[in-house]
Amino acid sequence: MSRFCLTLCAMQEDASPNLTAKSLACRRGDRLLFKGLSIAIAGGEALHLTGANGTGKTTLIRTLAGLTTPFAGEVERVGAVGLVDERPALDPDLALGRALAFWQRVDGCNDPSKALAVLGLEPLLEVPVRYLSTGQRKRAGLAALLNRGAPIWLLDEPLSGLDVAAIEQVTALIADHVSGGGIALIASHQALAIEGLRTLELGDFVPTEEPA
Amino acid sequence: MIGALFKRDLGRFFPFASAAGGGGAALPVVFFVAVAMLYPFAVGPDANLLARTGGGVVWIAALLAAILPLEKLVAQDIELGTFDQLRLRGVTEEVMMAVRLAAHWLSFGPPLILAAFPSAALLNLDSATLQLLLLGLVAGTPGLAAIGLIIAALTASLRTGAALSGLLLVPLALPILIFGAGALARQDAASIGFVAAISLLLVALAPFAAGAAIRAAREV
Repeated sequence: MSRFCLTLCAMQEDASPNLTAKSLACRRGDRLLFKGLSIAIAGGEALHLTGANGTGKTTLIRTLAGLTTPFAGEVERVGAVGLVDERPALDPDLALGRALAFWQRVDGCNDPSKALAVLGLEPLLEVPVRYLSTGQRKRAGLAALLNRGAPIWLLDEPLSGLDVAAIEQVTALIADHVSGGGIALIASHQALAIEGLRTLELGDFVPTEEPA
Repeated sequence: MIGALFKRDLGRFFPFASAAGGGGAALPVVFFVAVAMLYPFAVGPDANLLARTGGGVVWIAALLAAILPLEKLVAQDIELGTFDQLRLRGVTEEVMMAVRLAAHWLSFGPPLILAAFPSAALLNLDSATLQLLLLGLVAGTPGLAAIGLIIAALTASLRTGAALSGLLLVPLALPILIFGAGALARQDAASIGFVAAISLLLVALAPFAAGAAIRAAREV
């Protein structure tokens, strides 16, 4: 598989990124999703998060990103976090180019063209975001991630809705990011062809009686 | 970063700002003038009656016009994930809401104040009343915008949020209406000072209340 040697907007931090969670417990509503979960990912490592629907993959990712507070345990992050989920955070009424330009201004990214070229978004720049397909929207979210240059990537189903060529492209991008010293945590139901990928499977949490 | 955020918010909310994004943002102003236009038809063309009660009607119209933009104010960006992405970039919810409050007021306050001129003409208001009305609106619209933002953030994660926010705004906006319209009845500029004080308090409070509300909306 060809490797893309991208000199995208430079990584924001030089220090080695790190993502650790210690004895994490998360709940959704009244339901405890998991407890006692510990994760340690250093720079250059990737973790594939699997598990049936409703086992807490998205909740775990949002907790690791610091968007929700864990029920118990703690999360430590060294380095900026880039998150891609089912919502690309692009104004549906704006043309894709203008919607992406907002995040480029926020991130201080001066040269977005490479990310757009790699993800094949150049022909779509004039199309309003609401007319884009699921896969195109996903690619737009990934372009914003690339332009951000964050060392920690948290990807929630990054391959859903993508065609075969795009899946290959995105997998290569993740592999490239990891081999460049970045961190990737990918929640996906699909197999990922990335070297040295570890897997963490979230199971259904079954509450046990505490001994009296 | 804050500049980019402010520009985006203004582009989304300012009436006629752009072909894309600003759709429907002119509605509050149109609604405001429409009320002033309909009132003489409803009560009859008695010039004295209109001049005496017209100022109060303009205030009610302003208050109701403040409800219209609430639906799009916060809920859409929670759905799109914009606030989450900004949070990851180190922007606190309070800053996001302060920027939004400024953009919301700019897209709703000044157009409403300008629309008060044709409304005053339609209602046969004299120049002294118009002056007090304009002063009151300058002092009062930031407060209305702040109440609107807090309510929009609080009801954003509710399914019937849009309908509820209209109901919630009315009682909370009552002090502004009482002192704002009261200044007209007594031809007394002093109570506009109260309107300004209420507005100031609300504007200072709104970013924190709304910021806490969108943080809480994540934890469901």
